Amino acid sequence: MGFEEISHTADRSVRVWAQDLPSLFVESARAMNSLAGIVIGKGPRLKQEFEVVGPDAESLLVAFLSELIFYQEQENLAFDLFELRVESQKLNVEMEGGQFASADKAIKAVTYHNMKIEKTSSGVEVVIVFDV
Amino acid sequence: MNIENLVQINETEWEIPTYTRHDMRVPVRLFVTRELLEQILNDKSLEQAVNATTLPGLVGHVIVMPDMHQGYGFPIGGVAATEYPHGVISPGAIGYDINCGVRLLASGIDLESARAEMDTLATLLYKYCPSGVGKAGALKVNLKELDQVLRDGSRWALKNGYASKADLARTEEMGSLEGADPSQVSERAKTRGREQLGSLGAGNHFIEVDVVDQIFNEEAANTMGLYQSCLTVQIHCGSRGLGHQVCTDYVQEFQSAVRKYGIDLPDRELVCAPMDSSEGQAYMGAMRAAANFAFANRQLLAYSARRAFEETFAAKTRNWHLHQVYDIAHNMGKIETHEIDGKQVKVCVHRKGATRAFGPGSAGLPSEYKKIGQPVIIPGSMGTASWVLVGTEGSMTRSFGSSCHGAGRVMSRSKAKKEVRGDELRQALEEHGIKIRAGSMPGLAEEAPSAYKDVDMVVETVSEAGIARKVARLKPVAVIKG
Repeated sequence: MGFEEISHTADRSVRVWAQDLPSLFVESARAMNSLAGIVIGKGPRLKQEFEVVGPDAESLLVAFLSELIFYQEQENLAFDLFELRVESQKLNVEMEGGQFASADKAIKAVTYHNMKIEKTSSGVEVVIVFDV
Repeated sequence: MNIENLVQINETEWEIPTYTRHDMRVPVRLFVTRELLEQILNDKSLEQAVNATTLPGLVGHVIVMPDMHQGYGFPIGGVAATEYPHGVISPGAIGYDINCGVRLLASGIDLESARAEMDTLATLLYKYCPSGVGKAGALKVNLKELDQVLRDGSRWALKNGYASKADLARTEEMGSLEGADPSQVSERAKTRGREQLGSLGAGNHFIEVDVVDQIFNEEAANTMGLYQSCLTVQIHCGSRGLGHQVCTDYVQEFQSAVRKYGIDLPDRELVCAPMDSSEGQAYMGAMRAAANFAFANRQLLAYSARRAFEETFAAKTRNWHLHQVYDIAHNMGKIETHEIDGKQVKVCVHRKGATRAFGPGSAGLPSEYKKIGQPVIIPGSMGTASWVLVGTEGSMTRSFGSSCHGAGRVMSRSKAKKEVRGDELRQALEEHGIKIRAGSMPGLAEEAPSAYKDVDMVVETVSEAGIARKVARLKPVAVIKG
């Protein structure tokens, strides 16, 4: 499980890999936090849950990360612990996190550019391009 | 994609013919020199331009400008026109930052007489124009008032004392797109936007104080009120979180629309719907609303910039006022009529990182600009130069009335941060007489001049190609960014 940044001329892009789909989603969230330079503060932890729907796994991934962007921008909240239930067209999320102590950059949107979750010999991987 | 795929037409025009790939509906026309092309070939922008040619309803060519670079789906620096009303509209071909654009204000304040005040001016601009990651704007509005902003754009600002009639007259579309529909903007987008009105944001957004360094067209410069050695102000920003959410919402929604309308695309970010479909109409209403938010946003920032100028200079000179030169968008979808193969055709012109550049006599220009053409503002990288051009008759016949929008990146943000230290860059710029007020040193490093193409070369290309004419070159004296 992991991620690495890929060169992109104007925006930010990561390749993420994991053993299964829920782990891929969690690792994608960690990758996005890392790109934004988010450091979660030592204040009170809080829990949130939500559900998103979409026609396929890629749409669920975009919807999931978009929800996290909303929390970051509106509430200065970031999350680092996740319990996910992924069905074919629905994703249930329970997450835990806190106010961030600092952030270097705003991730403004998740794009669908070249997004395709691919099976590999050790699990699944995806490339995500973010608008910054 | 390599240079062998391209056909050279002349020194500043190339073409990727439709036989290059089986799914191309129209060719790609590039306004670029060989030297700039060699930079462009280092990223995936040409492949993205070819992908863009698969959109249904395209007419003419997909056009790319000399400042082009890799985006996501549609290349930055791209222009594509689809036939109205059955052709498609594509949110990804307009961009997340709907109506990101530039406003240029000018003054009669001579730099040498103002040099001693530049530190004060930079500090006041930084104070009055909120910038940075997640920062709120100068004004918080409730949802009812936000709907008025979305519907009316700069007209809302005029009604509330933040604008003059002259400001609106010298704004693209008078700062207010007809057909904006706030009901098609999601609650989430409105939540993101309602506290950000009058804010700059971060990334490549900035306010810059420049000096008119060189005038190339006296008549046009006089008409615009650009005077040699006098101060000007550029404001570069867009629709903030609201626009981003509108695009996110509709790119998501159009994932189903393409299946419904049987549209097959090589990149999901290019999703689209026919303009006359319910989905297409909904997006157009939302996009226009977001564009109006951006016009109002730049108007509020102009109001704040004028406040900074007044506080700095009013006690020292009577001539401190900032007048508007023009305000242009470079991420937008507009319904326009253009001549294609000798016929007048109504189209939706998608411009993503490209500027409208209407020629002399065009409808929609204020009366004083009818003779010279529409001003085109080209911000360069920090520390280099910016340009003011005008649109030409050539742009109307060859590029859907469009020109380039900036210098265009050549280096990724990560690489720029590794190669450049923000504090050293700030020091170097200050030593060159450019005052810097920046909220983030890594953010400053990402915008280093070395990360961008040579803006003089980009402008020379559009000028040689005949799609814009040079009016004035500006040099920076203060940069404010988040």
